[in-house]
Amino acid sequence: MSMDLSLHLPILQVIVPLLAAPLVVLLQPRNLAWAATVAVCLLAFAIALQMASRVLLGDILYYEVGGWRAPFGIALQVDAVNALLLVVVSGAASLAALGCRESLFAQIEPRRHPLFFAAWLLLLAGLSGMLVSADAFNIFVFMEISSLASYILIAGGPDRRALLAVFKYLVMGTIGATFYLIGVGLIYMMTGTLNLADMARLVPEVADQRPVLLAAGFITVGLALKAALFPMHVWLANAYMHAPHAVSVFLAACGTKVAVYVLLRIDFSLFQAGNLDHSIRFALFLMPLALLGILVCSAVAMFEGQLKRMLAFSSVAQIGYILLGASLLSEAGLTSSLLHMFNHALAKSALFLAAACLSMRFMDLRIDSLAGAARQMPVTSAVFVLGGLSLIGVPGTAGFVSKWVLITALLEQGEQGMVMVAIVLVSSLMAVAYVWRTLEVLYFKEPAGELKFAEAPPLMLVIAGSAALLNLVFGLMPAVPLALSQQAAQVLIGGAP
Amino acid sequence: MVIALCLLVPLCGAPLIVAAGQVSANLRETVTLVTASALAFLVWSLLPEVMDGGRPELFAFSLIEPLEIAFSVEPLGMMFAALASGLWIVNSIYSIGYMRGNQEKNQTRFYACFALSLFAAIGIAFAGNLLTLFLFYEMLTLSTYPLVSHKGDQDTVSSARIYLGVLLTTSIGLFLPAIIWTYHVAGTLDFAMGGVLAGHLDGPAVGLLLGLFVFGVGKAAMMPVHRWLPAAMVAPTPVSALLHAVAVVKAGVFTITKVIVYIFGVEFLFSVPESSWLLYAASFTIIVASLVALRQTNIKRLLAYSTIAQLSYVIMAAAILKPLAEIGAAVHMVAHAFGKITLFFAAGAIYVASKKTELSQLAGIGYRMPWTMTAFTIGALSMIGVPPTAGFVSKWFILAGAFEASNYVAIATIIASTVLNAAYFLPIVFSVWFGKESAELQQNDHGEAPFAAVLALCITGALTILFFLFNGPLIALERQVAAGLP
Amino acid sequence: MNLFEVLGHYNYWVFSILLMVGMYAVIARGNLIKKLVGLSIFQSAVFLMYISMDKVEGGTAPILQSGNPGQLYSNPLPQVLILTAIVVGVATLALGLAIVVRIHERYGTIEEQELLNAD
Repeated sequence: MSMDLSLHLPILQVIVPLLAAPLVVLLQPRNLAWAATVAVCLLAFAIALQMASRVLLGDILYYEVGGWRAPFGIALQVDAVNALLLVVVSGAASLAALGCRESLFAQIEPRRHPLFFAAWLLLLAGLSGMLVSADAFNIFVFMEISSLASYILIAGGPDRRALLAVFKYLVMGTIGATFYLIGVGLIYMMTGTLNLADMARLVPEVADQRPVLLAAGFITVGLALKAALFPMHVWLANAYMHAPHAVSVFLAACGTKVAVYVLLRIDFSLFQAGNLDHSIRFALFLMPLALLGILVCSAVAMFEGQLKRMLAFSSVAQIGYILLGASLLSEAGLTSSLLHMFNHALAKSALFLAAACLSMRFMDLRIDSLAGAARQMPVTSAVFVLGGLSLIGVPGTAGFVSKWVLITALLEQGEQGMVMVAIVLVSSLMAVAYVWRTLEVLYFKEPAGELKFAEAPPLMLVIAGSAALLNLVFGLMPAVPLALSQQAAQVLIGGAP
Repeated sequence: MVIALCLLVPLCGAPLIVAAGQVSANLRETVTLVTASALAFLVWSLLPEVMDGGRPELFAFSLIEPLEIAFSVEPLGMMFAALASGLWIVNSIYSIGYMRGNQEKNQTRFYACFALSLFAAIGIAFAGNLLTLFLFYEMLTLSTYPLVSHKGDQDTVSSARIYLGVLLTTSIGLFLPAIIWTYHVAGTLDFAMGGVLAGHLDGPAVGLLLGLFVFGVGKAAMMPVHRWLPAAMVAPTPVSALLHAVAVVKAGVFTITKVIVYIFGVEFLFSVPESSWLLYAASFTIIVASLVALRQTNIKRLLAYSTIAQLSYVIMAAAILKPLAEIGAAVHMVAHAFGKITLFFAAGAIYVASKKTELSQLAGIGYRMPWTMTAFTIGALSMIGVPPTAGFVSKWFILAGAFEASNYVAIATIIASTVLNAAYFLPIVFSVWFGKESAELQQNDHGEAPFAAVLALCITGALTILFFLFNGPLIALERQVAAGLP
Repeated sequence: MNLFEVLGHYNYWVFSILLMVGMYAVIARGNLIKKLVGLSIFQSAVFLMYISMDKVEGGTAPILQSGNPGQLYSNPLPQVLILTAIVVGVATLALGLAIVVRIHERYGTIEEQELLNAD
């Protein structure tokens, strides 16, 4: 066995946070658990960047756990489709842990820190595991690891309403995962394998048989539930709102997107390869829901009074954009979909980080109660402006790039594409409305009394500011994520697992 | 290089103004004036090169191939930038008098946002393609919101929301789709002499795309998307003067003229009969807005409706699609700017000196404020188009273009609107000088507005007259736009 | 499809009936514990599906017996998988119950309707 670590990067991505989690439980002294967590997250981020840079050069990293050959052993694979998301997941974990230090210390009792941060690392391990696994059952196991960890994290804050939200999430998340399990079982029954590459080879031979169709249905619905596709999003809003702010940042950036990734990977490589009927059913199922989700949830966000709930509903609308791109079944559509996962993660993490900064000075994040905050908290407000502009899709920000690619992809569809472009533009207008509503309160509304407080703590400001600037950087220089998304779209459209 | 500086100066001016505002009001206003002068100097230094047919360019960066942020100075943009930057100096002098005279709050924010608005206006003027233009167009909308809602009370905020709502909705709902459509059919968004759409689009689609552009550019205030302009009159008068007589509204008609000349191409539009509706729509706006203006009793609202009508003059002139009319469109942007800013300055000066806002209160005010009301009279005459004022020059060109095209609708509209303009401006001028103050008004004993304000309005009043005499360079410049047209 | 074919798939009938029973309990019951019971039944149904599909008729447990190389045995892989799934299910149930305990501490009730009225 070679000691060259770079060969083991795919497994290290999962195993480092997974093994670090029990160790963190032992770190009782103040700050130590947090520091160790940040270090591990940053290490995972570095691994993800290293792998992404190799994938960008055209490599596919393939790994067989314990040296057992697939399909008997468990295989891991990192290619263009998941490399970018690995960066998003590990980046969001680092950003949230680092950028919400004070907020975490305010919201989580010190004696619970070791356990809380262990769950944090387990969530990172679970999400990374879902991404790198090339094995359908392994994906299920990691999905459950990540779900269990996220239930713990959401319930970890002081807000008792988080418990109710988490219970709902637990029930719906379990149903979603179980649906996925049913689907995997049915495919196993037909093919006798769990390895995705093997399945992709065998499924087309039996593609028109009833169990495979049933499996496709179960897997699509189950993962759509996990991904909070409208109207299966009801668990999301309250979970994001009442979770500790750091957890909101982490989950909003990448939580549901990993489920979308699994959905795309399995659907495109297993069911759609060589089965036009399934492709059409996939598109007909997702497209209307995506469009409805975009419109309805943007409208709800316009009238939502709580800042974090508003952002959560906007997230559901954004999932609509992501799946709308995918439902076009074209290379351009998938490119926009994968790119938007990255860009939306940038925008939402900046916005939730700003919300975390605001929460350091405001007890309650009702939008109306934030009047005049910009005078006392100019940096936080500026972060919110940049994140909001990116969410709307103003040229020069990351959000514009993915919206432009999406609109170009829609226009390729001819006349019905025009209608969808109109819907995208209307929802952008709605985004203007809900972002503006908050900005107006932050900047122009007179505060009820004299405001006497300072900006958020410096570390939080620095991290939130960097997240906001990343929106500009990737808005002006989108070459790398765009190239990765294009590669990924080609992989998916090609039907390769 | 100079282009980059033109953009950087007002952009960096804004934080400097904020910083100076922490120290003292005098320093802040000094910084404003220095920034304005530096900008004007830089912009005007580009003029000789453009006059000689040069097209300075600046490539900023590429977003997604082939979308890019790029700047290019051509005659129309040169004129718009020179106008906006030059009048910013005069307006800053006026603002000092007005804002101090009224003891307004949040003056630092006011001056900083003004600098940002000018940054956006210069960006619009020098934009090398539609995307860049769109970006700065939105920036202008957003940076002027704090200015419009400056007063901050309930009425002001709800009017400011109408302002923002109309402008953003039209731009994202119509202008942006028009840009995307253009890109989809032409594969480029660059401004090019002769247009980029010829051969890519035909028949009714041309008319539809033109409609998306014309109504999408809400800043041009074509009916029915004109509602924001009267709503914006809640702003302090310097804002109405520079932004809603020069920078913002001219950005609108400037964009439409640019789209007609450089995206559609004059010849191409001329060959497509489906695009001729624009002329009728503009004529409609001119007549209706003038009729509405007749019924106004508030000075600033009257000026707002007069602006709506005058803006459509520019659009109508551009839509005549003849060389002389295109020149007329460009010249009218300048002529109207001088006249209208003078009128707004006068309205503001009246308000500072006497708190009067209604037309009925103006009887006999000419003897209390002789300088102000002389300038007002010059402005009003320019609106009607009486020589020797600026308004006469542009009307002359537009009429000449209309005769060249034998376009009787345009000729009739110009004549009718001249009559209407006279009908609402001359009675005011008459009552100002020859009316008798009522006993009630006599108790309000006031003189001229602060010196800075009076100085500014005298300058613009003088410019209105001087433009009649020395308009050669501008017309030479704009002939380049019309060069090569049939 | 005749009656025998329908009945021949009885393991799938049991699976789907249990699935529906579990789902019904999750949706219809107001008590959080009962919801979790339903969820557990829901998951168990899937376990049964996996277990029943690996059964080979006449096969024994997959344990290698010396001297009987040609013996017939059931597919062990789904059993192993389901062992993992059961662990996951237990963990989910445990966490769910822990949350219910916390809810009871903070709200004093675990009836859904009362909880919704609480804040």
